[in-house]
Amino acid sequence: MKGLLILAWFSLAGCATTGEGDPRDPLEGLNRGVYKFNEKVDDFVARPVAEVYDDFVPREVRDRVRNFFGNLADPFIGVNNLLQGKATEAFDDWSRFLLNTTFGLLGIHDVATDLGLEKHNEDFGQTFGRWGAGTGPYLVLPIFGSSNLRDGVGLAADMVTDPLGEVSPNRARNALVASRAVQTRADLLGAGRILEQAALDKYVFQRDAYLQRRRSLVYDGRPPREKFE
Amino acid sequence: MKTLLLVLLSALVPSSLYAQGAAPDTLVKTVTLEVVELIAKDRDIKSGNRAKLISLIDEKVLPHFNFEAMTQLAMGQSWRKAAPEQKKRLVSEFKTLLVRTYASALSAYSDQKFDFRPLRAKPSDTDVTVQVRVLQQGAQAVPIDYSMEKTTAGWKVYDVMVGGVSLVANYRTEFNNVVRDSGIDGLIKSLDSKNRSLEAAKK
Repeated sequence: MKGLLILAWFSLAGCATTGEGDPRDPLEGLNRGVYKFNEKVDDFVARPVAEVYDDFVPREVRDRVRNFFGNLADPFIGVNNLLQGKATEAFDDWSRFLLNTTFGLLGIHDVATDLGLEKHNEDFGQTFGRWGAGTGPYLVLPIFGSSNLRDGVGLAADMVTDPLGEVSPNRARNALVASRAVQTRADLLGAGRILEQAALDKYVFQRDAYLQRRRSLVYDGRPPREKFE
Repeated sequence: MKTLLLVLLSALVPSSLYAQGAAPDTLVKTVTLEVVELIAKDRDIKSGNRAKLISLIDEKVLPHFNFEAMTQLAMGQSWRKAAPEQKKRLVSEFKTLLVRTYASALSAYSDQKFDFRPLRAKPSDTDVTVQVRVLQQGAQAVPIDYSMEKTTAGWKVYDVMVGGVSLVANYRTEFNNVVRDSGIDGLIKSLDSKNRSLEAAKK
């Protein structure tokens, strides 16, 4: 079934591509379609919910929620750091998890940062990039949004290793996954407003920002300088 | 002996002139903190008065940006194809757009904590990157890098990178697409109508 979907995706993409496209985005026609669909979902569901959350939940509480989910992510951020050969960072991530889970009361307080252990941003897509995998074509995934072939595979690995996947019963797991999604979307409200303001073509602006951002993350904020022609 | 003379001389320079000669990292820190404090104190801006925020940015932030360099970098090769009059229009429209964008970025992040990184550059350098980090609970800090160039009128910003995303580079594809489809005048027109629609949405 999944194979069929992917097949349908690529055959659709075949019809949708036009001549003068961006070489990084050969599936632009299809991607724009998915982008439009995602925008609708965002307009009618995701953003309104995130706005209510942002307006009615006090900032203090939102910070605790963000810390809680951030803490759950730290062990696998450590695994990814280790896979990228950064043992010191990995050790920091696991220390963060131990400190925050205990002294930080299940992670709602980020005591580790106050102790000088900085939070990192790692995932499997970045690990593959570090290992030398190219990005492949840019992809807009339904619901998840901007991605590319490499990061899409990475995302699948992130989901398999997601600690929330272990939670049972399913109802509790779904509630946690949904809360995390609302939290994540709420944190992006500011960025969304900036995108609305800044972009002539939102699709292009977001795509280029995503590609730049991921490149920077793969190199931990110090990518080799690209030449301005 | 020479240094002593310089120290004595700099003590005589009035403070407004001194700001012009300020080190780039000091400049970024002073301006950022001043603007953030002014926003925090201003009830009109806090309650969403865009016009007032923009005029604050106009006065405090704009003098430290080199918009011509930014436009030129964002245009890439198309810059050379533009006539002087078109260049002037492009710079002014792009400037208006960037100021608006900067205003919404500021109102989104002004209540965060900043970490100003020490400058890693030689005193003789004329092109530096000033690093600031925006700290947030439970997430990795967001780096903001200001690319700055030394000019006769002091240090000027010619690009801002937020979380590894260069603002100038991000406009490049958009600008090139519009220029390819409808020429330089098409780009001027589309910037102008974007600015007009933002202006209209504000009211």
